[in-house]
Order: sequence, then structure tokens, then C-alpha cells
Amino acid sequence: MVNPSLGPTVQEHLLWARELQAMSFAVHIPLVCFGVSFPALVLFVEGLWLRTGDPTYRALAKRWSKAMAVLFAIGVVTGTILSFELGLLWPEFMSTFGGVFGLAFALEGFSFFAEAIFIAIYIYGWEHLDGRRHLLAGVPIVITGITGSFMVISVNGWMNHPVGFDVAADGRVTHVRPWAALFNPNFWHEFVHMYLAGFLVAGFLVAAVYALSWLRGDRSSYVRAALVVPLTAAALSAPVQVLVGDWAGRTVANYQPTKLAAFEGLYRTESGAPIHIAGVFVDDRVRFGIPIPRLLSLLAKHDPNATIQGLEAVPHRDRPPVNVVRYAFQTMVGIGTLLALLGVVYVVTWWRRGRLPRSAWFYRAVVAAGPLALVALLCGWVTTEVGRQPWIVYRVMRTEQAVTNAGGLPWVFVAMLVVYLALTALAIGALRRLAVRSPESELTAREAA
Amino acid sequence: MAQACLWLAIAALTVYVVLGGADFGGGVWDLTAGGAQRGAPLRGLIERSMSPVWEANHVWLPFLLVLLWTAFPPFFGSIMSTLYVPLFLATAGIILRGTAFALRPHATTLGVARLLGASFALSSVLVPFCFGAAVGGIASGRVPVGNAAGSAWSSWLNGTSIALGVVAVLMGAYLAAVFLADDARRVGDAALERATHTRALLAGVLSGVAAIAALAVVRSDARDLYDGLTSGAGLVLVLASAAFGVATLALVAARRYLPARATAGGAVTCITVGWAAAQSPYLLPGRLTLTQAAAGDATLTALLIALGAGAVFLVPSLVLLYRLVLRGRLDKPYEPLDARWRT
Repeated sequence: MVNPSLGPTVQEHLLWARELQAMSFAVHIPLVCFGVSFPALVLFVEGLWLRTGDPTYRALAKRWSKAMAVLFAIGVVTGTILSFELGLLWPEFMSTFGGVFGLAFALEGFSFFAEAIFIAIYIYGWEHLDGRRHLLAGVPIVITGITGSFMVISVNGWMNHPVGFDVAADGRVTHVRPWAALFNPNFWHEFVHMYLAGFLVAGFLVAAVYALSWLRGDRSSYVRAALVVPLTAAALSAPVQVLVGDWAGRTVANYQPTKLAAFEGLYRTESGAPIHIAGVFVDDRVRFGIPIPRLLSLLAKHDPNATIQGLEAVPHRDRPPVNVVRYAFQTMVGIGTLLALLGVVYVVTWWRRGRLPRSAWFYRAVVAAGPLALVALLCGWVTTEVGRQPWIVYRVMRTEQAVTNAGGLPWVFVAMLVVYLALTALAIGALRRLAVRSPESELTAREAA
Repeated sequence: MAQACLWLAIAALTVYVVLGGADFGGGVWDLTAGGAQRGAPLRGLIERSMSPVWEANHVWLPFLLVLLWTAFPPFFGSIMSTLYVPLFLATAGIILRGTAFALRPHATTLGVARLLGASFALSSVLVPFCFGAAVGGIASGRVPVGNAAGSAWSSWLNGTSIALGVVAVLMGAYLAAVFLADDARRVGDAALERATHTRALLAGVLSGVAAIAALAVVRSDARDLYDGLTSGAGLVLVLASAAFGVATLALVAARRYLPARATAGGAVTCITVGWAAAQSPYLLPGRLTLTQAAAGDATLTALLIALGAGAVFLVPSLVLLYRLVLRGRLDKPYEPLDARWRT
């Protein structure tokens, strides 16, 4: 165990600090999804315009780029707040380990810079740069959206599987190896999982907007393109995400057995461990759940008789809050499965019949899939981050050792809640107005002709 | 190596103060532009000038935070935990300001646009004041090493902090006015150029006076800092800053705005570098030296390698952006801000 480098911590409002951090992430992470995937969709549509010369595609790419600009601007400020909060809420974490994992953030900083620069050139260059050059200005946005999240997730992977330093007998961090920390073995699956989640969340949310227009009878080529492009991206990602989820689950089983036990609420170490659907974890077991024998062993180790370590293996104070983790995990998996089915229906219809599904229920399902994908995303982060508790650096530093000694955290929480609510309401309002404006308003008279 | 990282952090801080500060200053001029109709031409110019660059200018701030927590972790932990009140205020201001600015063009009515404009403009005063006050707390030695070990209030509500907060706001306004005057000339609107010209001269004089007043406050409130600023390298830089300030005024008066951009930036650079020189070798005056605060060599080496590699991409990209901006290649057609809601 490590000693916090700024001295002991006394914080009666630890939970408020955690909730404030969680709230700030919950606002920022959906924007990250758009940063990861939306530029690729916008460039794809702009590419269609360059290929076909159809002004519908230009109008759509231009409209989406405006939404991208709004989402990026809010992502910039909410992301900045996260970097402040790392210090404001967790100064002991930063001062003890900043030198270990900071490198990833420095590299992320460059991605962030390049993203801001080329988004500006892309957005304000529509009328100034010719087609091919304009498309080229968008390419760095696609790349940096990915590299930026890559670096941040490397830090999260490191918190869950800390490597690249030693702890001396007196509790000081020594022998720091920043490159080893950067490429910790835990982050590859997290990165791929998040990358696909970006396409799922942004894809289904954007598709949901136009599925609604579709249901209202608008079958214009504009709405059709705006529906098909994001829906195809999301539908292709959804089944793959199931496989990546399996990879992630097995990695957790290897590196963080207590977290895996919390996913299921498995108290005793047992072989051939079952999974219970729904129910509640009380008195060290799951009650009222629907059991599926041996499934946990099968999923976690690909062997129905494998032994799975239970919560009992660690003292009570080293276990995460089981019900929160368990419900979050089950919600994520449940929604993920439904989204995968929806994706399969879409892809199969397209492949076998060469057309879009006709049933209104399919489009209603797409409308629901947008917000559901968002819920699954947040549940996924709750699963991995609450599942990491009570550690901020897994098995090395407890969250309560990392927190600030500053007072008044409940007040800060309430103030930030108000700020975030205002931001969300304003952003949704602006995006809705952007979506309902007529596509022709994006084109000059010459381009529309 | 710690020294190299410190210089890079000071460079990032300086660029942020010049470019980010000018964007805050844009908010100050938006705030003081007058009623919705009378202020509309200036507000339209401010929005047009800031839109393509404010995000790139802003990224210097998180970049600076990253440099500090990687290279000087205990310094970062100590200042963030003690100065949490002004810094939380600043974060709220950063959110409100960025969101309001990005969403204002999408407002449906003039009323909503004014509400967003007010939130943008007011937080553009709040944020630089809080940052200036926080710097005042550090420079006047009110942040001890430790987890929230200093006072939550007197660390930033003291003479030096308030003086530096006011200077930060005025300096931003001064930079913004100089930059806007150049942009107004590019728009080719004589009335706007006159308006920004006058503001640049006014803000230049005011920041000069405020800087001298701040020096007097520092003399009584933080003697060590004052001594650092009035001897050796500190003194040279303070005098250089004053010279740059006077040169900027002369250039603005002569309507030579492009070189005025450079000298205005020079005046501010001398202040940030002068501050660093004045409290050298300390990061937290009297409590934590650069050597004590620095992370291990492995970290600093890795950081410098990463920064060097990143700069290979960053520098040409930034040059491309600002070249496009200064040549008007990213300009939207100019219109007074209220035009789109009054059709």
C-alpha cells in the first residue's frame, strides 16, 4: 500500500466527491462518443457528395458538421473541467501518481490541440476550401478523436491494472517507468470496447433523430441518407461489441476477480458458477434472481466447470458496492444484446433483400435504441469504475486516501449540478433546432440547382 | 531537466494568457458593448474573430495542467486543493462561457441570444479574475505544501490576489482590443475600427495603471515577490514589459495593428516570465523548490520526448490555423450580431 504524498486525508464528504466526478464524466463521455465516431460519418457523407455531386449529401455533411462543432465545443469545456477536477477532488492521487500516468495525458493534449485546430479549419472552411482539400482537413479530426480517447483510456486501464512503478517499504512510489504505465496490459480491450461504443452511441442517437422523421412520413433522400449512414455504422458495431464484451469480461476475470464477482454477486468461490438474471444481492447472496447454471464459469473462463473466485476472497472493506455494479452490468449487457439483435435484423434485411426494413416497429426500435445506447454506455462506465472501488489505483491506493481535504463539497456538487443541467438543456435545444431546419438552408442557390 | 519542463510550462502559460486571455477580453468588450442594438456591430465582430480560434486557444489551459501534474505533482496537488474555491468558480465559468458562446448562433430569438451573450460575457470576467487571484495566492506564498493545507479563503481573497485578478481581466481586454482593431480593419468598417481603436488605447492605459497599482499592493502584501520583481532578471522583465506596453500604445495610435499584436503579446510574456524569475527557485515561495517538486528523471525524460514528438505535429498545425485566420481564409461574412434575429 502506498502513502499519499501530501499527508493524511480527512474528508467526511467522500461520496460527494465521487458523485461529482461521476456526474462530470457522465456529461463528458457521451460527447467523447461523438468525438470518436461522428467525424468519420460526416467525412463519409462529404465523400459521397464529392463522388456523386448530389447536393443532398453536401447539405447533410454541412448540417452534421455544425452539430459536430456544437458537441465539440461542449466537449472542450467539459473535458477541461475533468482535468481540473482530477486535481481539485483527488489531489493526493495526482501528487502521488501524476508522474506515473501523466505521460498519457500529455500525448492526449496534442490530440486535443490537433482536433481543435482542424475542426475549426473544417467548419469555417466550407466556403473557402475546395472539395478535396476540405475533406483532407477533416481527416486529422477522425484520427485525433481516436488517439485522444486512446490515451485517456490508457490511464483508466492503468488505474484498474497499475504497473510501471514500485512501492518502497515506507509507502513511497519509486522506480517510475512511465512508458510501461502507458502501455499497461489492461487497456487494449477497454479501448476497443469504448471505440465501438462510440459508434453505437453516436450512430444510434443520430439514427434515432431521422427514424422519427421517417415514422412521420418523411422519405426524402436527405432523411434516408441521414438514417442509413449512422444506422449502418451502429448496426455493424453492435454484434461485434458482444464479442469485445466477452474479451473485456475475461480480462476482468483474470486481473480483477473481485470486480467480476461483483458483476454476478458471487459470494463463495465455486466451480461451475451460475449467473442470476435480475434479483437483488442481500446477505451475501442473490435473491429472487433467475439462475442460469454454469453460465458465469462459461463466460468468464470459456469452461462451464471453471472455478470463479467469490467476494469472500477479500475482506469486506475491499469489496465494491455489489448491487450498483451488478445492476449496471446487467443493464449494459441486456441493452447491448438488444442492440446487437436490432443490428442483425437490419444487416440481414439489407443483405438478403437489398432494402431497408419496412415494419414501423423497426423504426420505433431505432428511436428507442438511441437513448438506450446512451444508458448502456453510462452503465458500462459505472460497472468498471464502481467495480474498481474501494480503490482509485487498484490494490495500491484507496479512494479515501486520494481525496481532497477541502470542505463544502456538497455545495460544489449542487452548483455543478445546476451548471450541467443548464448546459444539457441548452445543448439539446440547439441540436433539435439544428435538426428541424430545412436541409436547403445549408446550400447556396447555385449549389442547390 | 526539471528546468526544461518548467520553461515549457511557462511557455504554455504565456501562450494561454496571450491567446486565451484575448478571448476572455473579447467577452469583456461584449459585456460593455451597450444595448442589443447599439452593441450589435462590435459583438458581431467579436464573435466572428473568436469563432475559429477560441477552442485551439483554450486547449493551452488543460495542456498546462497536464504539464504541471506530470512534471511537478506535489505542486499541482497543493495548489489545486488549497485554491479550490477560485478554481471551482473558474471551472463553472469555463463551462458557462464556452457553452453560451458556442450555442448563441443557434438561438431562436433575440431574448435567448441576449441571455447566452450575458452568460458568455460575465463568465469572461469571472474566469480570468479567478485565475489571476489564484496566481496571486501562489506568488504571495499563501499556498503551503499539503492537501488543502492553506486557507480556503484568504489564499485568494487578499491584496495581491485581487490586484492580479483585476490586472488579468484588464490585460485580456487590452489584448482583445488590439486584436479586434486589426480584424475591424480587415472587415473594412471605419466605425468599428474607430470603436476598437479607442478601446485598445483606453485598455492599454488602464492595464498600465493597474499593473503599477498592483506592484504597489504587492510591495506591502508580499515583500519577497516585490523584491524579486524589482531586482535582477525580474526588474529587467518588468521594465521590458512596460516598454512593450508603451510601444503597443504608439503602434495602435499609428494604426499599425499587426506589429501591435506582437508587442502586446511581448508585454504579457514579460509579465509571466518575470513572475517566474521573481520567485525562482521556488514554485511555492519559501516552501517548495523546483527540485523538490519535480517528478523523477524517468518521467521528465519521457515527458520531454513526448512533447518533442508532439510539437512536430502541433507547430505546423497551429501555424496553418493562424495563417488561414490572419489571411481571412476562415472568415464568415461580417454582420452585426443582432442581424440574424431581426429579419
